[in-house]
Amino acid sequence: MQVTPLVRVQAEDFDAGAETRRLTSGRKDVGALVTFTGLCRDEAGTLEALELEHYPGMAEAELTRIAEEAVHRWPLTGLSVIHRFGKIAPGENIVLVVAASAHRRAAFEAADFLMDFLKTRAPFWKKEHLRSGAGSTWVNTKAGDEEDAARWSPT
Amino acid sequence: MNIRYFAWVRERVGVEEETIEVPGGVKTVADLISHLKTLDDNHAAAFEEEDAIRVALDQLHVEADTALGDAREVAFFPPMTGG
Repeated sequence: MQVTPLVRVQAEDFDAGAETRRLTSGRKDVGALVTFTGLCRDEAGTLEALELEHYPGMAEAELTRIAEEAVHRWPLTGLSVIHRFGKIAPGENIVLVVAASAHRRAAFEAADFLMDFLKTRAPFWKKEHLRSGAGSTWVNTKAGDEEDAARWSPT
Repeated sequence: MNIRYFAWVRERVGVEEETIEVPGGVKTVADLISHLKTLDDNHAAAFEEEDAIRVALDQLHVEADTALGDAREVAFFPPMTGG
């Protein structure tokens, strides 16, 4: 039976340890746990903060669609996705993916798949606020992001 | 029809959300964009780089040739940069 993914979109920070325990505590069928945390970089000291805008409602819905696709494709025992919004300072968490499975391959691949699709399909936008006070600019998409997501298309 | 804008599309249009009377001839997302561009300079600027705009109908990603049908909410935004 497929698991129901946990999806949260929130301003508050998350606790990766607590989220991994949620997928493992009291169970003996989990043989592999992959945790990915995306953090805010300071871009060599130039970044004051990132501001993450999102589309409330669609952000949750799209993350749920991607997570459900992952549990359909891989035999997972648990899957959690948490994405923050609002102002985030360098060093702080932005996104968390936890994938649990009986075996490592499914957990690695599901977490990788989730991040690739999240980047190209989940409605979040980053704006950089610079320390120089030079104003703020919207982050452009990276050229490789679409190719990363395309790796998972059926051939 | 309720229209929402996000990120730099929102900044260029100047509002987060607006309700628009859709003229009879507007059938697809592309038709709607053409109509919005005629409203004022802000809309024209927001949709100037039409290829850079992504669209959701009732919170689902769609392409420009998608029919509006009886969608209640259309959202326009740049390519996503989360994660």
